[in-house]
Amino acid sequence: MVISLGRTVAALVIVGLFLFFWPSWTTAADGPVSAPSASSVEQALNQVTSEDESIRAAAIRLLIEQGDAGLLPRLEAIRANASRSIRQVIKPLMDLLKNRAKLASPDSDARRSAATDLGSSGNPSAIAWLDAAKVNESNKWVRYTMEESAALLRLASDDPSIKVASVEKLGELRSGNAVPALKSLVEAGAVAEASEQQKVLAKAADAAIDRIETWGDWANAIETIFRGISLSSILLIMSLGLAIVFGLMGVINMAHGELMMVGAYATFVTQQCFTAWFPPDVFDWYFPVALPVAFLAAAGSGFLLEATVIRFLYGRPLETMLATWGVSLVLMQAARVYFGDLTAVVAPGPLRGGAQVLVGVYLPYNRIFIIALSIVCVLGIYFALFKSNLGLRVRAVTQNRNMSACLGIPTRKVDSYTFAFGSGLAGIAGWALTMVGNVDPGLGQNYIVDAFMVVVTGGVGKLAGTIVASLGIGGLNKLIEPGLGAVYGKVLILVMVILFLQWRPSGLFAMKGRDAD
Amino acid sequence: MSDGTTDTNRGGGLSFWVVGGILLVVMPLLNLLPPEDSWFHLSDFSLNRFGKFLAFAILALGLDLIWGYTGILSLGQGVFFGLGAYCMGMHMMLTIGKESVYGSDMPDFMVWNQVKELPLFWKPFYSFPAAVIGALLVPMAFALVFGFFAFRSRIKGVYFAIITQALALAAWLVFNRNDTNLGGTNGLTDFKQVIGYRLSEPGTQRVLYIVTVVCLGASYLLCRWIIRSRAGRVLVAVRDSEKRVVFSGYTPPNYKLFVFVVSAGLAGLAGLLYAPQVGIITPAQIGVLPSLEMVIWVAVGGRGSLAGAVLGAVSVNYGRSVLTNYFPELWPFMLGGLFVLVVLLFPDGMVGMIRKGKDLLTRRKASEERPIVPNQKIVVPEGKR
Repeated sequence: MVISLGRTVAALVIVGLFLFFWPSWTTAADGPVSAPSASSVEQALNQVTSEDESIRAAAIRLLIEQGDAGLLPRLEAIRANASRSIRQVIKPLMDLLKNRAKLASPDSDARRSAATDLGSSGNPSAIAWLDAAKVNESNKWVRYTMEESAALLRLASDDPSIKVASVEKLGELRSGNAVPALKSLVEAGAVAEASEQQKVLAKAADAAIDRIETWGDWANAIETIFRGISLSSILLIMSLGLAIVFGLMGVINMAHGELMMVGAYATFVTQQCFTAWFPPDVFDWYFPVALPVAFLAAAGSGFLLEATVIRFLYGRPLETMLATWGVSLVLMQAARVYFGDLTAVVAPGPLRGGAQVLVGVYLPYNRIFIIALSIVCVLGIYFALFKSNLGLRVRAVTQNRNMSACLGIPTRKVDSYTFAFGSGLAGIAGWALTMVGNVDPGLGQNYIVDAFMVVVTGGVGKLAGTIVASLGIGGLNKLIEPGLGAVYGKVLILVMVILFLQWRPSGLFAMKGRDAD
Repeated sequence: MSDGTTDTNRGGGLSFWVVGGILLVVMPLLNLLPPEDSWFHLSDFSLNRFGKFLAFAILALGLDLIWGYTGILSLGQGVFFGLGAYCMGMHMMLTIGKESVYGSDMPDFMVWNQVKELPLFWKPFYSFPAAVIGALLVPMAFALVFGFFAFRSRIKGVYFAIITQALALAAWLVFNRNDTNLGGTNGLTDFKQVIGYRLSEPGTQRVLYIVTVVCLGASYLLCRWIIRSRAGRVLVAVRDSEKRVVFSGYTPPNYKLFVFVVSAGLAGLAGLLYAPQVGIITPAQIGVLPSLEMVIWVAVGGRGSLAGAVLGAVSVNYGRSVLTNYFPELWPFMLGGLFVLVVLLFPDGMVGMIRKGKDLLTRRKASEERPIVPNQKIVVPEGKR
């Protein structure tokens, strides 16, 4: 404290001398003064240039206590003309004033970051500002941050009882930010020559750290589960189309990932159209508009793929795999040549950022959106398969192709429509994936092997199998990842899938009885 | 119905020795004898490149055995290839000795990664015989374990293809890691010598080429022997109708496991020969895409024909090396198009086309002696009846 004050004073002496020999300063500083200030503040501002060290220190104190954001332009002017050391002194003062003003900002994020900054500023006068702002604060999380910051600042208090109280408060708040400060308190208490007070404080801090860390573990667990569900839902959206087609035709479409890529690029192109032809205030609407565009683009590509390639390979699943892989290579390279390697879709406003649900648990909106979308997709497919006419036919053909044909179901048409529908689902998956990553030609490749594993594990012809398998594989992936790392996690998943297939050779929900092979 | 072995019976004798003679004697002589500017001269580079293609052909033979004859599509052959190549590569890394950039006994990348002591699993590879045996046995052992679990639980068809593809992806990820001490993304490279002979000498490369040709010939004879044996007939029967094989009292998983292990061994041998000739082995050669490319070699050449596998491996790789040289952007289009075209229009590959041409010339009915394409007769998708 003493050292920094001394440095401040020295710096201000330098700034005074500097300004004395800088005639242009007066013009620079006079210009922007517009806000009316209290006379004492005005005096303090003048006293900053005084040669008496104690007067200058008092002036700084007064500026912190009574100043407001209106002084910022003048301070800015002083700072702009000052040497580096002076700038370093004025900067904290300006930050304090700025953050104080921001505490009343209409934007809750701004209020929150201001509270956080004040908490780490170490200036005790901010406690009063935070306490005052807290009373009128409506947002729960901003209020939380204000309390946390105030408690953090109180830790530096001279009164031991206030110290202990704030340690307890921080423990109660499960404040992750406070852990370093609390740890240093514990260390101070552990030294042999520590006073009785320090020991009491260390004990309280230890208990608080315990509370905070226990909560941290819980928060981690919750976030891991959330990440697992989020990955599962991505896998689910991707696998649904794949699984339906596999169930119906026995065909694994290796170009499924590239159909997703088509959906993603359709979203990208829609976005470009919106930026080019529509006013900026409707820009966010590109995203809902891109949904049908992506679906139709992918479904159309799928329809073409079925009509030109897959149609001729019925009953030869391995050859179909190879041919569709060839198609996927061509599509990928075409995208690379046409679009280049890096193109990104800007998330629409409502999907940016995230929601804090608990202390230390932060859920991004885009992930929540994908989880919701996967639920909608499952419901939609359920109705399409079990409540619609086409769905009835699809199920019939899945169960027994020859018998369905005998009963007059146009099986080839059903195949073709179903393939287009499955491809459209891939397009929707691509549309959703633009929210979590770049749009690049390799987009489909990132998850596609996992999606194949989901289909294989889930088994043929049952929606539930796909859902359970994607939850299992996605969840396990994220569960293993923290311990083993992503790579060994993947290897372990492969081993587990193989072992699982020992137990259930044709997936979770295999066909039984005469349908089984 | 032909069982797919006719062509090897037919062309086996004479043409094998003719082609073998050309590869073994004429090519090296063309490299050695004519002066450099002669039209007949084969440059060191070309001979070396051709040696690489022939190494690939060995792998293609194994893949043809399992896919063309047994009807099991393995999309993980790159892994076995990589295991073989890495075994050999590790040996050659250790023989670099003090010649390395950092002048340490340890491989360069370990010095770079600050690995203080040579990992235990590297130690056996100081010995050349151990490296060669390892290059063959490690892939085979791996295939034995993987195949045992896969075939025991009757994973087949698309399921097996997907699982092996996942295997290729997993292997690629693992080999890319630095902490596995296999060189990470950069792989193993900067080899100097093999059993005392400098790799930079054209003479060494010539010998390597001849060794490759001999190995290819031996592999060819081995595969032909397998196919002509009783076991080979069971393999073809498994391809055409596994159920009937079971009902006849055979246990298909054993046969499948056998052929899977043999094909892994051949892939390992290919890797073993590839590493010293090319001078580098990286994870990029063992991932999902390379493994699929290997399948297209066999498809282009002609499934169910050993000569076709060799022909396909050489011609596709030749086309690749020419095309990527002149039109690097076009190669993926060509490769993808090749996949689609071959599968759709030329299911018998180049061998099938040659045979068709011959049949036309001799005015025979094309249907008489054409070997049947695997799975083509089944109209209903697998697992749907």
